[in-house]
Amino acid sequence: MNQRFYTRLGESVWQERLPNGLEIRVVPKPGFAKKYAFFATRYGGMDTRFQLEGRWLDTPAGIAHYLEHKMFDTKEGNALQRLAQNGAEPNAFTANAMTGYYFSSTEHFIENLEILLSFVSVPYFTDGSVAKEQGIIGQEIRMIEDSPDWQLYTRMMKALYSASTARTSIAGTVESISHITAQTLYDCHKAFYTPSNMILTVVGDVDPIMVADTARHILPQEGGPAVPRDYGAEPETVAEKETSLAMEVSMPQFLVGFKCRPVEKDYLRTVILGGIACDVLLGDSSPLYLRLYGEGKINASFGGDFEVLPGIACFYAGGDCKDPRAVAAEIQEEARRLAREGVDGEFFQQVRKAAFGAQLRSLNSFESIAVSLTEGYFNGYDPLRFPQVFDSLTKEDVEAFLRENIAEERSALSEIVPKGT
Amino acid sequence: MTRTKLAEGIYFTYLPARKFKTSLLSAQFVTPLDEETASANALIPAVLRRGTVACPDLGALAARLDRLYGARIDCTVRKKGENQCVGFVASFIDDSYVPDGERLLEPVSALLGELICDPATEGGRFVPAYFESEKLNLIDAIRSLINDKRDYADRRLLQELCAGEAYGVSRLGEERSAGKLQAKKLFEQYRRLIGSARLELFYNGSADQERVEQALRSALATLPRREERPVSASRPHPARKEIRTVTEELDVTQGKLGMGFACTSSDHAAMLLGNTLFGGSSNSKLFLNVREKLSLCYYASSAYHRQKGLITVSSGIEFADYRRAYDEIMAQLEAVQRGDLEDWEFQGAQSTLLNAYASMGDSQGKLENFYLGQAATGQAETPEDLAGQVREATQERVFAAMKTVSLDTVYFLRGKEAAE
Repeated sequence: MNQRFYTRLGESVWQERLPNGLEIRVVPKPGFAKKYAFFATRYGGMDTRFQLEGRWLDTPAGIAHYLEHKMFDTKEGNALQRLAQNGAEPNAFTANAMTGYYFSSTEHFIENLEILLSFVSVPYFTDGSVAKEQGIIGQEIRMIEDSPDWQLYTRMMKALYSASTARTSIAGTVESISHITAQTLYDCHKAFYTPSNMILTVVGDVDPIMVADTARHILPQEGGPAVPRDYGAEPETVAEKETSLAMEVSMPQFLVGFKCRPVEKDYLRTVILGGIACDVLLGDSSPLYLRLYGEGKINASFGGDFEVLPGIACFYAGGDCKDPRAVAAEIQEEARRLAREGVDGEFFQQVRKAAFGAQLRSLNSFESIAVSLTEGYFNGYDPLRFPQVFDSLTKEDVEAFLRENIAEERSALSEIVPKGT
Repeated sequence: MTRTKLAEGIYFTYLPARKFKTSLLSAQFVTPLDEETASANALIPAVLRRGTVACPDLGALAARLDRLYGARIDCTVRKKGENQCVGFVASFIDDSYVPDGERLLEPVSALLGELICDPATEGGRFVPAYFESEKLNLIDAIRSLINDKRDYADRRLLQELCAGEAYGVSRLGEERSAGKLQAKKLFEQYRRLIGSARLELFYNGSADQERVEQALRSALATLPRREERPVSASRPHPARKEIRTVTEELDVTQGKLGMGFACTSSDHAAMLLGNTLFGGSSNSKLFLNVREKLSLCYYASSAYHRQKGLITVSSGIEFADYRRAYDEIMAQLEAVQRGDLEDWEFQGAQSTLLNAYASMGDSQGKLENFYLGQAATGQAETPEDLAGQVREATQERVFAAMKTVSLDTVYFLRGKEAAE
């Protein structure tokens, strides 16, 4: 295995690629009792259309998430229980472009790692067990349908995109998941849960050689072929300008989204730049935030983010707000002003310093380290090189980003209004 | 861990650690939770966070924090037993990672001290614009608790279960009392709070104890201490003779069933284990039966409220499954009471709790929250002590303790179209 040091961060990472294509990363954390393992596949809610053995397959919305639920079933019983018996805290999540299985434990780490690698790589589904999950996931879908945050974001993505599979909700709908069978789950597992499409990340005070040996011992000897995916050919224009839904909420909430140019190169740099542009435009110390907060137009829930997904990128901002339309217009006006007049140099330095601190703080979280190493691996960059990227960013980069992306014709407004108003 | 008395009513918990990228510093005023004062106390840190004499507005504060490498100082309002804890938690890069060897502990402590002791004022009270806007924000925050239906249902259950008890009061207080807050009275309440409420300070990071104490003493030098008012000792919930059932209707797609149980056992380690077996983990009876076996829900879990002798159950279900879910939750409680366990269940519950205690020291936020809870409720055990107690508890003790658990209050949130 190779070890790489990141002196400015006080971290190092062990790395190895197994002959079956599995990528392994181990981040030593001496002094911590907890050990954390994260086993992920490059397969998520957006991967509904793909090519398997020369044939294009269209699979139901929500299938990656359904598969995640069913992977815990093993011939012997349920892996969740086996891990929990060892005191491990296991769980999993499905995102747009990845599915991750993980546990943290203070004891029996290697034994728990064996269980994790084994249940994720060996599928075991029956028609009965697949049918039974409809009720559980059905309730999960009902739960998120009652969540205003989820409604805002999902409806914003549908307004911004007309072809991209980012329109699809990760969990699908009660209707779409009713078409899932044991066979479709086996097909998807075969295509995406092959070592060459996966990465294992371990964070904690463990022996990296033992981690690699365990993976070699448990996982298949050979990896599968790369699977072509189709995320949809997305036009530059937005699908809809506005979307609104009435719910049981106390005051209106909104997200205004901007359809950004897809990221083709310098992935890490673009992600960090988007984040800093967001801080400069509307972060807690920005002139816009301070003014709107002072005028009572926004409250502490106000914020934004820049997100890159397969084939697309978007910038969004919002929160609880009595007049979403006015605040959305103020955000665009401020972006135009910054592009026109330029960003204050001293303010830019201050924001960059703070953003660096926030990035460093995120290294306290084992989960955050593992997820960012995984995203970096799937997209071909090293996230721990962020100090060098911070050094190289300028205020002109931020101005150009805002000029290109934060424009009226690229925007869509999603709002939730209280029932009965 | 050491806890020392810095001055009358001021205590400092020092938790040394070198393994984090950041240091944590926290200042919490602990005061009895009371419907009359809860919203005033909740509002105080929010108004203080708007400006100090040296940094008179949010912009000046934000710039100062940004320049300290994105140090954060967040307002916190928490409920610990029947006490309300209000104050600030600061987080900043640990010295070893600050470029150019700049030290952040002293300037962050100083700013924390300014926020508490030197607020921006006009005519002997808080700046009116700050007071008015934070009062509206507080009212909005109280109203917006309805937005997250799971939290809302959990809170409503506790309100109904502990009606008339301090524990039933929400940490932010109620909308009607928040609406009545006045600028002059709030400033008086602020002076009372910082002058006499117990102050608990916490530090977790790489600096040595003397240096931290020195920074804190200097930051709080002008704190006007007069007397110390005692914190509240929680009173156990008096069990109802008849089960109370409350049903509420909202326009939602999923129903929420909450159940509150009273328990009279004082064997806390046994109760902790009993609750973990019942609904406290993804290995529990509720998870394995209500979710996995009957597919009735996505979540069904239970929590043990040690200070009050309560267990609460939270679940999200189809409206029509109310009776089935209710019966199954009761059946699983009875199974724990009878000792109807498979071999691995007891050991699994023990491991779950031991793992949680063993990894507590790996999270600055969890450590601070744990020790604040201990300090506010007069407990002195460390996570290691609690782990020892859990290790010693026998199955017989657990079943005996769980036999004292009885259903007290049921809360059901259902959709409007489901109303009969």
